[in-house]
Amino acid sequence: MPVLTVPDLAPDTEFTLPGCHERTLANGLTVLAIHRPSVPLAEVRLRIPFAYADVAESSVLAQTLLSGTADKTVVQIAAELQSVGGALSASVDADRMLIAGNSLVDGLPKVLATIAEVVDGAAYPEDQVESERNRLADRINVARQQPAHLVQVALLERLYGDHPYGTQTPEPDAVSQMTPDRLRALHADRLHPAGATLVIVGDLSAEAALDAGEAALGGWNGAGSPREIAPVPALRTGPLVLVDRPASVQSSLRIAVTALPRTDPDNAAQQLANLIYGGYFSSRLVANIREDKGYTYSPRSVVDHGLAGSSLVISADVATEVTAAALWETWYEMGRMAVGEPTKEELEQARRYALGTLRLGTATQSGLASLTSGFAGFGLRLDWLLEHAGRLAEVTVDDVARVSARLFAPSNAVTVVLGDSGEIRKPLEALTAVGA
Amino acid sequence: MGATLTCPRGVWLRGVAPRGRRSGRDAGYGSLVITPEQVDIPATAFPVEQFRLPNGLRVVLSPDRGVPVVGVAVVYDVGIRLEPQGRSGFAHLFEHMMFQGSANVAKLEHMSYVQGSGGTLNGSTHLDYTDYYEMLPSNALERALFLEADRMRGPAITEENLANQIDVVKEEIRVNVLNRPYGGFPWLKLPPVMFDTFPNNHDGYGSFEDLEAATLEDAQTFFDTYYAAGNAVLSVAGDFDVAEATAMIERHFGDVPAREAPVHPGIGEPDLTAERRASYTDPRAPLPAIAAAWRVPDPVRDLGGYLPYVVLAELLTDGDASRLVERLIQRDRSATSLSGYLGFMGEPFAVRDPTALVLQAHLPPGGDVDRLLATVDEEVARIASDGLAEGELARVKARIALHLLHEDDSVINRVLRLATSAALHGDARVARELPRRLGEVTAEQVVEAASRLVPHRRAAIEVIAGGAA
Repeated sequence: MPVLTVPDLAPDTEFTLPGCHERTLANGLTVLAIHRPSVPLAEVRLRIPFAYADVAESSVLAQTLLSGTADKTVVQIAAELQSVGGALSASVDADRMLIAGNSLVDGLPKVLATIAEVVDGAAYPEDQVESERNRLADRINVARQQPAHLVQVALLERLYGDHPYGTQTPEPDAVSQMTPDRLRALHADRLHPAGATLVIVGDLSAEAALDAGEAALGGWNGAGSPREIAPVPALRTGPLVLVDRPASVQSSLRIAVTALPRTDPDNAAQQLANLIYGGYFSSRLVANIREDKGYTYSPRSVVDHGLAGSSLVISADVATEVTAAALWETWYEMGRMAVGEPTKEELEQARRYALGTLRLGTATQSGLASLTSGFAGFGLRLDWLLEHAGRLAEVTVDDVARVSARLFAPSNAVTVVLGDSGEIRKPLEALTAVGA
Repeated sequence: MGATLTCPRGVWLRGVAPRGRRSGRDAGYGSLVITPEQVDIPATAFPVEQFRLPNGLRVVLSPDRGVPVVGVAVVYDVGIRLEPQGRSGFAHLFEHMMFQGSANVAKLEHMSYVQGSGGTLNGSTHLDYTDYYEMLPSNALERALFLEADRMRGPAITEENLANQIDVVKEEIRVNVLNRPYGGFPWLKLPPVMFDTFPNNHDGYGSFEDLEAATLEDAQTFFDTYYAAGNAVLSVAGDFDVAEATAMIERHFGDVPAREAPVHPGIGEPDLTAERRASYTDPRAPLPAIAAAWRVPDPVRDLGGYLPYVVLAELLTDGDASRLVERLIQRDRSATSLSGYLGFMGEPFAVRDPTALVLQAHLPPGGDVDRLLATVDEEVARIASDGLAEGELARVKARIALHLLHEDDSVINRVLRLATSAALHGDARVARELPRRLGEVTAEQVVEAASRLVPHRRAAIEVIAGGAA
């Protein structure tokens, strides 16, 4: 068979983004709009700062925000949205509440009007609160049987302790006892436009979208001011945390380090270092513990930027009998990043991937809307991506090595392992100190 | 990343909906006005060109210069249901082997060429097909075509990488099935209750015993039988020029050996005449759960008879205003979550007969599955006897239109939809026709479909909660 050569890439086209238009309303709400006519839909994201909200209250509030107003039942709200192809959902994390949805573009006013009705007048009907708090408790109990959830809970607690990032899932009991009064009080305290951002992306002009946003939400009550979240505490290293899950047929490995914030000048280098280590399939970690050793299905490393701090978390779910071996290889690859430098080829490949996925991630209405909303939470605008692309283009091998020396030093990391302690404690103790 | 066997999360149209969008050249919506008081439901038009290379490979091209991104998909007309007896899980294992290199691409290079071009990639194994796809900046189109052509000529399978990927697949099964509550529920648990023959009722992830027994010879036989040019569809969507892409395709795929598609063996089974029930205890499940399925018309040969069931599933389960959510979750509180969809893997338009409408629900602790099923029967019978409420069909269709358009906005979903439509329906344009045809479904047809969801045609599987809440 003849030897064939992989074709070269055609010349790059310039990376461009659609214009993002902005209007700050008198009540403090910022409206951002992007015209993207790809399909006749509109995507909507309303982000409201939510730091220091009680985790049980905020979780139930998100479940019941759309459950009724003085005038409408939950079914009426849903049916009205559905009639324009629409749907809305609310979610919370330690930084924000997010109301997200979409509709046929002609239905955008209906979707925005519904958001306005609930942020102004969600009623938290007794029967709906009772039903939804029980469903949420059921879901949390299901999550508590899932290794990915359990190890995440243990890792957050180990990293952040009493900081709001340390507990992001409420106790089922706390959820089950939630009352409409507490939800109404939280709503009155926190659901205000100051610091909030409404993003609209879709098949209508940016000006029309801004007008629609203002028409619907310009009258939203402007009282209240958002609370700023304190930075996460400095990471304390210590012995490996072993969480017992009897009869687990796999062990869940999680290794976390403190990462540079999104706006740090070295963030671009950090992103590429993470890719080279384990941030995509063509990484050292995947080549080692999946494609060479077959220890795991989907090893990965991810940089997570929160308002209170950034972290890098390395994950692998591995067969119980290779737990210690897989951890050793994962640390080994960290050490190789920390004390060596990447090859030019590794860097160029990661760079191309990072630049290419900027294009892919901004190629849909929903992708644009979510990115724009996420950046807005950091006080950034979408065009920050263009600057970031410029910085990615400039990163050198030395930059990656400099960032990696601190980022990937195993001595700076916290390790949590969830698995069958009876099977894995001894082998892990052969590698490192294991907590009680 | 790399290779996955997908399974449903109970959402309608997961990753598989159709199509188009308006593009520079072929612009304009065809409007589907459902009722005068409703918003118009737009369907996008987009160009679709189809041709066949002399070696039998079918090609679908759908250009759209809107964003500088291109999607490439190759779909082989073989999936879980055609894998050999004694080799459960082999279609999926073979999918993994297609990422292990080929004549001119070393192990790991396929991924690094795609990702090093700024692209993403994956493959997945389904009941009736297997797909491989890339989404890339448009300057990398030719590279993706080269890589797909190279492995279409044959993957480089060795004892070493076969053993390696058997290990990886076993970890995939542990993550997705064995080490979590409700693993494989209901997509692996319900077909054995409903069906009697191996193609339809076996575990598509495979037993560890069968996976470990796989040999290089099995792989060669499977490739020779099913990975023929004549049994494949190449689909390209997004930012490209048709003439340039056609030249590239001829350049890279032209010398793939001509091999005809095997004759599909036929996997039909008769409908049920009496209810079938089964149950199992899941030691990690804190809540009881139930899934029930009813056979539906052939999605390929009788698409017109099938589409009302797509509408019905949506009407029953999508959103707080749907029939079963209102009744079971809000009013009775006899379910804590529920979903309904077409096909065990949740893909209504990329599956062959025999297939089913599936309803699944988790119950509160101590919940009674018999009572829940009886309530489902009551609600379905109420549709059959009383018909639909005013405006109900129109709003359900509006939401379906949104799902279709939303999927259309993603190049990767579009390219896959066109490819599976060509592979399973024999014509990529079927994907393009779906919004119009769904728009034409009448209330009478939905009522008729509801009248067929009767207990004696049902197969159901119950999960007994063995895990402490």
